[in-house]
Amino acid sequence: MTQTLRTPPDEAPEPPAPRRWGRDLLALARNTWRGLTSMRTALILLFLLALAALPGAFIPQRGPSPQAVQDYFAAHPTLAPLLDKIGIFDLFATPWFSAVYLLLFISLVGCLVPRTWEQIRGLRARTVAVPRNLSRLPHHAAGTDDRDPDEVLSAARRRLRGWKVDVREEPGGVRTISAEKGALREVGNVVFHMSLLALLVGIAVGKLFGYEGDVIVMADGSEFCNSGILAYDTFRPGLRVDGTNLDPFCLDVDRFDAQYRPDGAPQSFEASVRYSDAQQIRTGAAPTPATIQVNDPLRFDGERVYLLDHGYAPQFTVTFPDGEQRTQAIQWEPVDPSTFLSQGATKFDRPSVTTDAERRRTQLAITGLFAPTSSGGGVVTSTYPALTNPEVAADVYRGDLGLDSGKGQSIFGIDQSMVDQGRLVRVARQNLTPGQTITLDDGTRVRFDDVKQWVRLQVSHDPAQDAVLVAAIALLVGITLSLTIKRRRFWVRVTPGPRSPSTTDGRTVSGGEGSSVELGGLARTDQAGYGEEFDRLRTDLLGAGRRQTPTRQDAPGDHGGTG
Amino acid sequence: MNVDAPLGDFGDVLFYSALAVYVLAMLLHAVEHGLLRRAEPATAAVPAAVPAGVAAGADDSGATAVVPDDPALADEPAGPAGPVGRPPRPASERFGRMGVSLTVLGAALHLSMLVVRGFAADRPPWGNMYEFVAAVTLVGVLAWLVVLFRRPELRRLGVFVLLPVIVLMMLGGTVLYTQTAPVVPALHSYWLAIHVTAAVISSGILLFAGVASVLYLLRSVHDANGRMAWTAKLPEATVLDRVAYRATAVAFPIWTFAVIAGAIWAEAAWGRYWGWDPKETTAFIAWVIYAGYLHARSTAGWRGRKAAAVNVVGFLVMVFNLFFVNLVVTGLHSYAGVG
Ligand code: HEM
Repeated sequence: MTQTLRTPPDEAPEPPAPRRWGRDLLALARNTWRGLTSMRTALILLFLLALAALPGAFIPQRGPSPQAVQDYFAAHPTLAPLLDKIGIFDLFATPWFSAVYLLLFISLVGCLVPRTWEQIRGLRARTVAVPRNLSRLPHHAAGTDDRDPDEVLSAARRRLRGWKVDVREEPGGVRTISAEKGALREVGNVVFHMSLLALLVGIAVGKLFGYEGDVIVMADGSEFCNSGILAYDTFRPGLRVDGTNLDPFCLDVDRFDAQYRPDGAPQSFEASVRYSDAQQIRTGAAPTPATIQVNDPLRFDGERVYLLDHGYAPQFTVTFPDGEQRTQAIQWEPVDPSTFLSQGATKFDRPSVTTDAERRRTQLAITGLFAPTSSGGGVVTSTYPALTNPEVAADVYRGDLGLDSGKGQSIFGIDQSMVDQGRLVRVARQNLTPGQTITLDDGTRVRFDDVKQWVRLQVSHDPAQDAVLVAAIALLVGITLSLTIKRRRFWVRVTPGPRSPSTTDGRTVSGGEGSSVELGGLARTDQAGYGEEFDRLRTDLLGAGRRQTPTRQDAPGDHGGTG
Repeated sequence: MNVDAPLGDFGDVLFYSALAVYVLAMLLHAVEHGLLRRAEPATAAVPAAVPAGVAAGADDSGATAVVPDDPALADEPAGPAGPVGRPPRPASERFGRMGVSLTVLGAALHLSMLVVRGFAADRPPWGNMYEFVAAVTLVGVLAWLVVLFRRPELRRLGVFVLLPVIVLMMLGGTVLYTQTAPVVPALHSYWLAIHVTAAVISSGILLFAGVASVLYLLRSVHDANGRMAWTAKLPEATVLDRVAYRATAVAFPIWTFAVIAGAIWAEAAWGRYWGWDPKETTAFIAWVIYAGYLHARSTAGWRGRKAAAVNVVGFLVMVFNLFFVNLVVTGLHSYAGVG
């Protein structure tokens, strides 16, 4: 190790002194700190981090896959609750997982501060003086030169442009150059570790101040406004978000277009929207048109709106016997993602009804299956996800939908217990294509008008996301520098010496009789290839017209592995 | 986006031809290995601190820097070598060279398979696990050829590099086999191409690094206690260690980039850059382990065998990520389209 890992030296035995609490505590703190910031500890914490994350690869997590967690509970009824107790299903939010990475990052800070400091000092420090015996280095060469030492020296300096160079003198008119290159490796290392730190801070800020919400919007010009938690179907706030201060914006979804291949595989999805940001809302300016696609969210003012999902909403018009009409289209949920066969329940209250009791006898629900491309025939199935031949297999129920019972119920179905109790009765069953009507026994007419589409949008807000990206890029640059740049040293020693007898060109060399030149090189990192660079330097400095004595090549193993 | 099924099938033919050629190449390398003269028994007795090869004569690096063909490991005496002229090539070398030629041929077939698949599906040819495995193994072979070009004396590692390549390709061609098909819209993104390409390249190089570390472990165990005599024919432990390190050092930034590109893609496709999806989790674990390896290699008391073991674990996690996570665990990445 030339660039050592700063493992703390063992504490020297303290001279016997009157014991004092303060001192002991201080020593304890210092030892703990040194232990925590040692390379070995960092290593162990890294492995602990990998180990702690491991269950996340096997066991479903509530965050990304809540459904899979439920399935897991069903499949392992005894094990799952136990695992839940130690937070396995929310692994990455557990205290013990956090503890590992917090320790790691404390250790990182402790490691980084002294290293950075050292580097800054190192930038100004001089290069290491030329070793006395260059021939013991892994790369070594020697030769003579007709020019005098000054000329040789300045030629070498020219050749070593780009290196950090120091010229020194030794007794007897000997001149030396020590050159270093590759300090960027250390810079890269520090940049990498710093960026790692910045990355974590950025992620934490996002977790605190960011939020995410899902909402289903009809793609018929309907509007969604980011007014608060209630505007969403589901809302996942950051730890410091209470939903009261969301950035205001509104979004109208005008159209949704899907394209499928002939075999039904999806090809592209696109929602056409218009949005108004806070300023447009304030000034009443016209909204901005935009499109949202899969992989291509709408981004403005630090908001991101994603297109997550889509589906159909059959529209029904109910004409009651007294002539009153009600029209509704609400989303039905796809049950088969490849054909978009969907199910749902569109629920109506009879208008002009005044008492609760009467209301509970006259509510209507249209449920059943919807096929965007119906197979035709008695049993409705869907053969293709696009809207080419829509049909609904409708069951019409009348009675008490149970909406007042206080019990939540799915928007995609009716409360089966009401049916079982006979309080909700099926009054018709019929397949309908757009424009067709069912007439109920009391004269009420249910018409299947048309089909609308809905989209599920996700709004994401993360104030630190750009910072995280910048940190990630810096991290990448840092690690690349750190792992590709070689640190190497190169030394030249020029001794005034006799002019080489072989030179007979009669050139007069002012004030000298030639020089002997000795070169040495040392790669300070594990990298190969220094041998070749050294060879080039040697050829340039001891090359043509100068005499070379036999030199030593790459030492076995290229002197690597000393880091 | 049209799929050309016959062209895709032709790709499969190329795939199996490449596989067959690799098997042949491996056999030739196996013969080469078998013919190599064992290092002197003295090697094993040398204290571990002295590089075994150096003690046994110019076994490795020192000599090989000058003479690429490593005569110390010749299988037979130089024959009736006349006073002039080069001694005839030892048989082991002839087999080894044939092995290398076949490996190059296999890689060419392998590469054409990916090109053909790409044209057949009209997209980068790593959209499902079959193609992914094919691409990773190709990178592994190419990494090996690059190493071979720079250090010909490592040629006798051929068997050990080709073995995992062949096993992975066989799995890819059977368990993971998928017909040529376009990918779902969530995968139409140039970030997909970038992310997966980086993952393919780094995984392929890490495959080679993993092999080198396994061999290092075997060889250094042999150096310590003389067991597993066959490993004496492997290159010297320090050489294996360094090759493994260099490969990992090249692959690690690429892997880092792959993870970052994946996060950028996830941000655009799924609404968050990181969500601890099983695939993401495993990629993270592998990354941390490789960071651990790089640290271990410069931590007193860890470099050497412990570090190499960490590198092997890292590679196992990569393989686990490919097979287990794609096939068994369901997550957003389960588009792999195996069937
Ligand atoms: C999340 C945690 C960490 C990760 C992912 C990480 C990653 C890395 C990587 C990949 C390298 C290799 C660079 C190279 O070989 O030049 C490295 C080097 C290094 N790391 Fe870390 N590191 C982490 C934490 C730490 C901590 C806590 C310390 C302090 C003890 C530390 C100290 C060092 C040192 C001193 C080097 C240089 C080793 C050398 O010069 O060969 N790292 N780190």
